[in-house]
Amino acid sequence: MTQRGSGEAGSELDELYQSLILDHNRAPRNFRPLENANRHAEGRNPLCGDVYEIWLRLDGDVIAEATFQGQGCAISKASASMMTQAVKGRTVAEARALFDRFHELVIGAGSQGSGVGASTPLPAKLEVFRGVSAFPIRVKCATLSWHAMKAALDGKTE
Amino acid sequence: MTQLAAVPPREPRTGRSAAAWNVAKVRADFPILSREVRGRPLVYLDNAATAQKPRAVIEAITRYYESGNANVHRGVHALSQEATDAYERVRELAARFFNVSQGEIVFTAGTTAALNLVAQSYGGTVLRPGDEILVSEMEHHSNLVPWQLVAERTGASVLTIPVSDEGALDLAGFERLLGPRTRIVAVTHASNVLGAINPINAIAAMAHERGAVVVVDGAQSAPHLRVDLRAIDCDFFACSGHKLYGPTGIGLLFGKRALLEQMPPWQGGGGMIAEVRMDRSTYAPPPERFEAGTPPIAEVVGLGAAIEYVLGWDWEALVGYEQNLVAEAVQRLEKVPGLRILGEGADRVSVLSVVLDGIHPHDAGTVLDSLGIAVRAGHHCAQPLMRRFGVPGTLRASFGAYTTLAEIEALVAGLGEVAKVFAR
Repeated sequence: MTQRGSGEAGSELDELYQSLILDHNRAPRNFRPLENANRHAEGRNPLCGDVYEIWLRLDGDVIAEATFQGQGCAISKASASMMTQAVKGRTVAEARALFDRFHELVIGAGSQGSGVGASTPLPAKLEVFRGVSAFPIRVKCATLSWHAMKAALDGKTE
Repeated sequence: MTQLAAVPPREPRTGRSAAAWNVAKVRADFPILSREVRGRPLVYLDNAATAQKPRAVIEAITRYYESGNANVHRGVHALSQEATDAYERVRELAARFFNVSQGEIVFTAGTTAALNLVAQSYGGTVLRPGDEILVSEMEHHSNLVPWQLVAERTGASVLTIPVSDEGALDLAGFERLLGPRTRIVAVTHASNVLGAINPINAIAAMAHERGAVVVVDGAQSAPHLRVDLRAIDCDFFACSGHKLYGPTGIGLLFGKRALLEQMPPWQGGGGMIAEVRMDRSTYAPPPERFEAGTPPIAEVVGLGAAIEYVLGWDWEALVGYEQNLVAEAVQRLEKVPGLRILGEGADRVSVLSVVLDGIHPHDAGTVLDSLGIAVRAGHHCAQPLMRRFGVPGTLRASFGAYTTLAEIEALVAGLGEVAKVFAR
């Protein structure tokens, strides 16, 4: 880490901007339109201007591919990047459950999961977003692409 | 930008040194400035969003509720008379502050409400299909969207007054747009993003020659310049109390008397009528015509305390102090690697927008927040201007009467921390 502030704020900041997040911000994965997508949605935060497009290709009940494009802060971009990785290969129900788990994580809530949710834990690397809970104003940044993914699943077809 | 210190703004400006402004004394009047944020002393550089409140304002509101609360213009009882007197006295104060007549000051909920009032009531009355409204590209959404709404309703069109690469209004472009169908020119006095001060006198002179009226968004100029509305000769001027060290929920609209007289009510209700029958009503003269319902009386009282407070200032010294602050800030910020200041700002209030290479403004804002530094990150309700400059948003630092050079140094040091976080 750097020699940034040693106080509480400094460590909260280190929690927020972990190197994995900075890496996905610099080099977002699956950052492209998906030509043969059959689900598509846009996520827009009108308050800050962040905007992402999400493309999904559903193969039956399974998300065969997930991509995104757009612009926004490091938190929103890294979150979108890691979301596309997390939902790929999952069933629609699992992806929805992941949305719930991720939301709980970034608002700092305990898992409320039941049913499919309880049996669909978050991939360990998404834990890097736990630091967002110390900055409630940034929760929307972290969840923007996840909401768009859910909207795409909810039937916005292209 | 380097010329900023040497180029005097067109608004009245002091020849006196910035040392004439006693910033420590002013800071002592603002209780919130002594608090800490995230374990560090608050560095409040978001004054363009809202200013902090001096004790005089906070106490005036408390005093009003503890010993003066009643409705205005209604009761025959003593308390109501006191409240009415207090309310109308603030109108008088505001008129004095802006050098206009009392009957030309309408209390509104804020700048947004004031601009919507003009757009709906004045615009809605005079605009015909094919008429033109000229709106600058540097407007806050609140001086653009109301015009789009009324244009849609009346069949008028909104034309864009361009902004130059330097971040100034393109006056030649403005002149070319002015035509026989121009009815309204809506322009900000000072940009909430660039800080750029627009030459309202010149704009008003050109618009008036064509018979158009000029509507000025004064939200960002009123706190920084000693605005003389007679001198700048606009037809309407809107501002907010809360950016002028007063409470939220109160602002005002200045309108030239002759224009206010010809405007229909905006909202109907109590307090704005002359006589009401079941089939028709007649309306009170301005300004009451535009103040339907129980007004925000405590907020008006608070605004009055704010105006009284700032009337006690040596404005020449304050303007000199803020101009010096912004020049110092520009000098220091220009040395930050990868940082670009939006607009050249030869003529600006103490509001600065910057963008950082490869670092989104929100991320920078969060790092600064962790250091107790409050700045604004985002599009600042000026998306067309963001598009003009090809940026998703900016990081904005805006100063006020209590801002110190040490706080600007904290900001610059904080930006160093931002760079470190994102260099990992």
